[in-house]
Amino acid sequence: MKVIVDRVRCEGHGLCEEAAPQMFQLDDEGELMVLQDAEPVPAEQIEAVADAARTCPVGALRVES
Amino acid sequence: MARRLVVVGASLAGLRAVEGARAAGFTGPVTLVGAEPHPPYDRPPLSKEFLHGGAEPAPPLHRDPASYAAELDADLLLGEPATALDAARRTVRVGGADLPYDALVIATGVRPRALPGAGALAGVHTLRTLDDARAIRRALDDGARTVVVGAGFIGSEAAAAARRRGLPVTVVEALPTPLARAVGEPMGRLCGDLHAANGVELRCGAPVAAVEGRGRVERVRLADGTVLPADLVVVGVGSVPATDWLAGSGLELADGVVCDETLAAAPGVYAAGDVARWRNPLFGRRMRLEHWTGAAQQGDIAGRNAADPAAARPCPTVPYFWSDLYGTRVQFSGVPDADRVECFGDPGGGGFAALYCRDDRLTGALVFDRPALALRYRALIRQGAAFPDAVEYTASRLDPARAAVG
Repeated sequence: MKVIVDRVRCEGHGLCEEAAPQMFQLDDEGELMVLQDAEPVPAEQIEAVADAARTCPVGALRVES
Repeated sequence: MARRLVVVGASLAGLRAVEGARAAGFTGPVTLVGAEPHPPYDRPPLSKEFLHGGAEPAPPLHRDPASYAAELDADLLLGEPATALDAARRTVRVGGADLPYDALVIATGVRPRALPGAGALAGVHTLRTLDDARAIRRALDDGARTVVVGAGFIGSEAAAAARRRGLPVTVVEALPTPLARAVGEPMGRLCGDLHAANGVELRCGAPVAAVEGRGRVERVRLADGTVLPADLVVVGVGSVPATDWLAGSGLELADGVVCDETLAAAPGVYAAGDVARWRNPLFGRRMRLEHWTGAAQQGDIAGRNAADPAAARPCPTVPYFWSDLYGTRVQFSGVPDADRVECFGDPGGGGFAALYCRDDRLTGALVFDRPALALRYRALIRQGAAFPDAVEYTASRLDPARAAVG
């Protein structure tokens, strides 16, 4: 699985960080940092990343298998 | 596991319920019932970028319509509202037929309150549905003089959208303070100040006496006699849970469908989203939210719990909503009940935070233009953080507010 961050859509709500804190983090400026490989997503992060994509209120995360 | 799932309400909470049930391994038939003719779409953009000038954007659909059958194996039953529930026989009445279920998720949301006395005049709109937003868009395209009734977030966003097009807008609010219920009185005043700072007149303590016109709205008459000419009236005076179809169902209704902390309303019946009044274990009391994130989370959990009630889990939530007002990102987390509110930064620009304190705990936080802070406050509220810790965290990132605000 890979995850794609749409930087234009991302508004820094940070719900992805709540769902997958080892994968996503907002810095103090509200920019989203991806902390681990986005392609492929590490196996132990797959479920959390899928949750993060579902929880994004602006659809800025897309997962592809 | 339940055998047949029916979800009533085809917006965010209902969609997430279907997805949640499938994610939990539910393999039986699923029907998603929606009163509107449109497949599930996202509502927050409707009062924001959907109203901006230019060509009309495509409807903000949650999913490709073909994916309901292909990926979720769900039947979409659109354009007909559910009209009755028989919880004893476990059937839902839709379009004159009775749909049987083993598990039911109620996600019918809310219905906007109409403005008393506005009758059926053309040019008077609430703003909840895609059709509402399209009608308001068209009126703005025609250069409408706009009166927004109700200075809540929906009305305020509509005003901001009209202003962005350079159109004249007046916002009238019956109460002395806007947004008092959402963010408390002092901070409500502060949010209201964003209107004046952007050239929009906000009249508070100004109830509407009548909306007048011949067939089409021409003016709004206020209780104090003021007459505001208008081609478009956007009514944002709150909403009520869409529970009339549940009368006589045996479910407990009290400003929403009353649920326990797993969102269960009765055996086999769960509720999610704006319609659900559930016990939020994080705050130890019942609440009902009208927020995107709450609806998404509750929908997911209600769908999973409905699919497998034996493994039902609770739904703890830190309430969270956001708004865009004249280019300012406004975010609120938690609840506005507070003994005191401490402010940092400058509400006029460059970042601002108001921390809500109750019993020496952080219970809520209002943030302008600092999304990373809003996220940290949600975590602190979830942890039940001591108020001084939240103050210390903030003080290293924003200056104390220069003057008393609110």
